[in-house]
Amino acid sequence: MDFTVVVIVEVLYAVASLVLISAGLAVVFGMMKVINLAHGEFMMLGGYATITAVNLGVNIFIAMLIVAPLIVGLIGLVVERLVIRHLYGRLVDTMLATWGLSLLFIGAATMIFGNTTTGISAPISGFAVGDYQINGYNFFIIIVSIVLILGMLFVLKATRLGLIARGTMQRSDMAAALGYSPDRIYMATFFAGSALSGLAGAVLAPLVGLVPTSGGAFIAKAFITVIAGGPSLIAGLLSSAGIFGVIGQVFSFSVSAVMGDVAMLIAAVILLRLLPQGVTARFFKGKL
Amino acid sequence: MQGPWQKELITTLLIGLAAVYLLPFAINTFTLSILLIYGLLGLSLGLIWGFGGILCFGQAAFFGLGAYTYAIAAVNIGESTLPMILSILVPALFAALLGAMMFYGRLADVYLGVITLVVTLILFKFINSTAGPEYVIGTARLGGFNGIPGFQTLNIPGRPDDYIWGDSFYYVCFGAVLGVYLLVTWLLRSSFGRIAIGIRENDQRMSLMGYDTRARKTVLFAIGAAIAGLAGGLYANWAEIVTPGLFSLGQSAEIIIWCIVGGLGTRLGPILGAAGLAYLKFLLGQQSVVDNTMITGLILVLFVLFLPKGIVPAVVNLWAASFGRRVKRGGRRAGRATRAATRNAARQEKAVSHG
Repeated sequence: MDFTVVVIVEVLYAVASLVLISAGLAVVFGMMKVINLAHGEFMMLGGYATITAVNLGVNIFIAMLIVAPLIVGLIGLVVERLVIRHLYGRLVDTMLATWGLSLLFIGAATMIFGNTTTGISAPISGFAVGDYQINGYNFFIIIVSIVLILGMLFVLKATRLGLIARGTMQRSDMAAALGYSPDRIYMATFFAGSALSGLAGAVLAPLVGLVPTSGGAFIAKAFITVIAGGPSLIAGLLSSAGIFGVIGQVFSFSVSAVMGDVAMLIAAVILLRLLPQGVTARFFKGKL
Repeated sequence: MQGPWQKELITTLLIGLAAVYLLPFAINTFTLSILLIYGLLGLSLGLIWGFGGILCFGQAAFFGLGAYTYAIAAVNIGESTLPMILSILVPALFAALLGAMMFYGRLADVYLGVITLVVTLILFKFINSTAGPEYVIGTARLGGFNGIPGFQTLNIPGRPDDYIWGDSFYYVCFGAVLGVYLLVTWLLRSSFGRIAIGIRENDQRMSLMGYDTRARKTVLFAIGAAIAGLAGGLYANWAEIVTPGLFSLGQSAEIIIWCIVGGLGTRLGPILGAAGLAYLKFLLGQQSVVDNTMITGLILVLFVLFLPKGIVPAVVNLWAASFGRRVKRGGRRAGRATRAATRNAARQEKAVSHG
């Protein structure tokens, strides 16, 4: 019984953290068809922003939920204006340019913060379930992910901004004809996507020792989750995070953590072979 | 067809012979060997990406697979001839299976990128976790993060005690690069190569004309992997140790950067890009003011933004424009580059009108 509870919490946590690390990439890809391979480094920067802010005496929750997204969002804005803007519509070129950016950020972070592991302790302590110890911080991550998804749904469905964004997503030329500048909307979207990446990096920072190359651990997972999710933003994110999170955790528990990762990657290969356009190209068609 | 091919063969051989004697005056042969190996690796991706239109994010997987195959076979056999052959065959076979899975599923673009990237990661994670004594192939322990050291290095075929090292190894590497370069040239001049370029330009049209594009792409992918595997086998001999780092994403990224900087759609570009950037990295590694990774990243971003066709086509264009004398080869290349430029401009215009 206790073991079941632990497994359920761990599976939920795995799905939630996949949603969290993929959200920023999904927004940018879903809206703009741009694959941002520097996504992992945006997360890494979010982590560093949090740690720096905490060391300067800012409350850890303010640092994670406000400071880090803002800083990374602004970095994303600069990147969009300088680089991405020139490459819209050229999928492969944006991937290469953002891969270059990711190396650039790794190098810059190494020069500023040094090639050492830094970290902060989790602000929520663990508690026991029967014979097992559960990390209390896992619940925080699950709650943040749920709030994030609901927030995205609300913004896209119920606000004027979301309506304009969805319109641009479907037909950018028509949105432009109605007087909305796609350039501005893309800029705002990239800001939002980067801020989400920063938030994810910040929230996960207490769980991992942060080094300048930390981003590499996230990018592959985020990448497969978004691509396997397919065209629908939220339905795709939830369905593929659900599939990969469950598969990964099942194999982690039954074999080993490494095999969990490997099983998740193999599942991604098989899934893409069977549904090359992603899960939501076949199921939940037309949903958000 | 016969005339220009023979002329090019002789020119290449002459330039190659001159280079093989002149280069050691500038750089020592130990460094030159690794530059040549990287050149070979660059050429492997340059072939499948530049001429086949297959963007593989995991070329490092075949490189690493070649190196590991060589190391494992060399530990077991104790002689280098068969391991060297295996280091070409095993990656080629692996790529043929992977390619068949992808191309017969009609995967392209990003999806191809994801799968090759993911396969590289799987190999990296798996090899990294094989530190325990239970992971043994024959008498070779896989060694996890520490890699496999101390295997038999390259020797004269049939004589395990006569090692090929130092200057002789440099000649072997040069021979390999020259041989593969000529092989690639021949392949691209054959009907197979011309059809591959056709598939790059328009997959659907080629298949409507009756060519089995899936099989052809799979074969091309396997040839690219074989070249990468050869580079891996040579690398194992150069470094005398193989580690999981060979499979890393950073390694894959570097190969792509070499191709972009050198010039896609050329044979010489990726080789020069690889050797040039690897040498630049070697020089930069001797200072500690600016981080090496940062410069690599900056180079990639700047090239994608300002010179997406790479250095070699740009130089060829400049040459053709400033001297005007349209040599047949230069003219054809320039023509292709101009067409590509017009296509790019059109694409940009479309992008602008969209957003």
